[in-house]
Amino acid sequence: MKRKYEVSELIFKIVAYVFLIVFSLICIYPLIYALASAFSSKSAVSASKVVLWPVGDNGSIGFSIEAFKYVIVDKGNDFWIAYANTLFMCGVGTIWCMVYTIMGAYALSKKRLLGRKGFNFFLVFTMWFSAGIIPQAINYSNTGNFFAALVGKTYNTIDLKWLVIIAMGMNATNLILLRNAFEGVPSEIEEAARIDGATEMQVLFNVYIPMSKATIATVALFFGISRWNGYFWAAKVMPDQKYSWPVQVFIRNFIEKETALIGGSIPEDHTFESDTLSELSVVYAMVICGVIPILIIYPFIQKYFAKGVNMGGVKE
Amino acid sequence: MMFKLKYDDFLVYDEQSGTYSMPQEQKVRDETERNHWKTTGLTILKDWRLYAMLIPMILVYLLWKYLPMYELIASFKSGREAQAVDRNWVGITNFAHLFQSGSDAIDFWRAFRNTFALAFYGLLFGFPFPIILALFFNEVRSNIARSVMQVCVYLPKFLSTVIVTTLVISLFRGTTAAGGQMGVVSKFLTLIFGSGSRLGQQASSTSGLIQSVKYFRMIYIVAELWEHAGYDSIVFFAAVIAVSPTSYEAAQIDGAGKMAQMRYVVLPSILSTVVIMLIMKMGSLLSVGYEKLWLFCNAPTIDNYEVASVVSTLANMWNAKGSVYQGYGIAAEMMNNLIGMILVIGSNFIARRASDVSLY
Repeated sequence: MKRKYEVSELIFKIVAYVFLIVFSLICIYPLIYALASAFSSKSAVSASKVVLWPVGDNGSIGFSIEAFKYVIVDKGNDFWIAYANTLFMCGVGTIWCMVYTIMGAYALSKKRLLGRKGFNFFLVFTMWFSAGIIPQAINYSNTGNFFAALVGKTYNTIDLKWLVIIAMGMNATNLILLRNAFEGVPSEIEEAARIDGATEMQVLFNVYIPMSKATIATVALFFGISRWNGYFWAAKVMPDQKYSWPVQVFIRNFIEKETALIGGSIPEDHTFESDTLSELSVVYAMVICGVIPILIIYPFIQKYFAKGVNMGGVKE
Repeated sequence: MMFKLKYDDFLVYDEQSGTYSMPQEQKVRDETERNHWKTTGLTILKDWRLYAMLIPMILVYLLWKYLPMYELIASFKSGREAQAVDRNWVGITNFAHLFQSGSDAIDFWRAFRNTFALAFYGLLFGFPFPIILALFFNEVRSNIARSVMQVCVYLPKFLSTVIVTTLVISLFRGTTAAGGQMGVVSKFLTLIFGSGSRLGQQASSTSGLIQSVKYFRMIYIVAELWEHAGYDSIVFFAAVIAVSPTSYEAAQIDGAGKMAQMRYVVLPSILSTVVIMLIMKMGSLLSVGYEKLWLFCNAPTIDNYEVASVVSTLANMWNAKGSVYQGYGIAAEMMNNLIGMILVIGSNFIARRASDVSLY
């Protein structure tokens, strides 16, 4: 049965559709622009002729893979090292974060835990107040020095990737999200498992984790994405360790050293020179390479995080 | 007999021997109380695995969230001596320095104003926008169309700050002396407003729109919306689709138009979600994305410094200027973060009083 639309409803619908379509296009436009620019020729990019599709030298559609060739092959050595670093930090860092987050969330979800309120406050307080950038920077350098002293080296000779992996990426919100999911598991199931003789670890691995898969996936996703995208502290703790840089630091360094985007003119000591390839195209090619992993997993994870966020209606 | 009256309830008077004795239940109660610590200890011992599981989490948070707070004492110490051990307590001198006139105080207050301005505008535009988005998504009846749009609008959230800032800067960039042209969006805006307008002139200068004092805030807020609005709308959308269709029908029968339905059906039912999200936003209000602002403006020489420097980025710049400025930076950021904490606790308190909805 078709319902008759009222005028106000119709207007609202039209506004909604137009607005959403425009906003959706705006949301993906920068990436389309980056993709088009990465394939365009130098003259077209520096003259800002690229809008939607790759433009060649003569001002019409043209296609040049030079930028990607430069990033992947010519500069490939450095770029892939940065890429591998990011993959490594992302993988190991996410696993490390998940280990203590799952264990902590499991313990906190138990009503019989003594001092549960105190532990919760301990977590939540970090969401309210943080010491700030300078204390954190001092703390990270102290930590780095401590790790270095443990293995008998100095700050700059140890692999600072490990500092980034171990000391960064805490997120109390994720922990609380997971705690809430664990609290939602019916206690009867745990009791049944207990009667069958399950130990604490068995209860966690065979009851709680399988029953909160969606939230665990969401939380792992949040950790992974923040690891993949992390820039500030990685750049701050290892400004000199070029071969430990994650790809974000690598991209930003290239932008600062070789392009006019930040300073308004290309720095004097730039090393990138090419007659046919714009340095901006190289930047866009790197951006695309840096986004691709996220674009690949994005469709698969999308349904998880929508679910996870809704479940995370934080409650106490 | 006062004694008897007072202790009557737990002492039993034995008529035959004329003595008072303690009943069995009370003995058990006393025993429990005496053994309180013992039983607690035993429970912990029995559940030691549970407590052991907490240890890694507590260690990580202690070492890298709470230990940095120890460094805050540097804000009460003089930074003039070379060695950290020689530094004396100077009370609130560092804080006072930020309030005195002088270039540091000017820098600080500008950063403080910018923090508030960016946070305020971010909340003003960034908060209602996802709600509107969610209401609009609710109008889209086709599942496929909605999914496609949602995929598009969630996407920016997953891009890194470096990539977001790179894209924004390159879209709004100005011209270069070497002949580089302005960014595509700048070009588009120049077309609309005319190249002779103030916007057009700014767009074609070397600093471009992105590094202009006048337009930076606007661009920053738009970029924030672009990045977060779609993702933030998820929560509101979930609340909107939870409204039962019968409520709409009832409202329609009562003659409610679309606006009236929004006002009297949808808004009341998503109010609790709105309040919770508002509290969460308030909580992170003053920690405006310093990473992103740092990438937009990481030196005083960049033209948008006047509007883009916030307390955190200023502290980061001061951090590089030696231990004296380190003290000022820590003091400045501490004030900022304390105000942020007061804001979150205060908004939570008000929300609890006003509507029974609270986060913590």
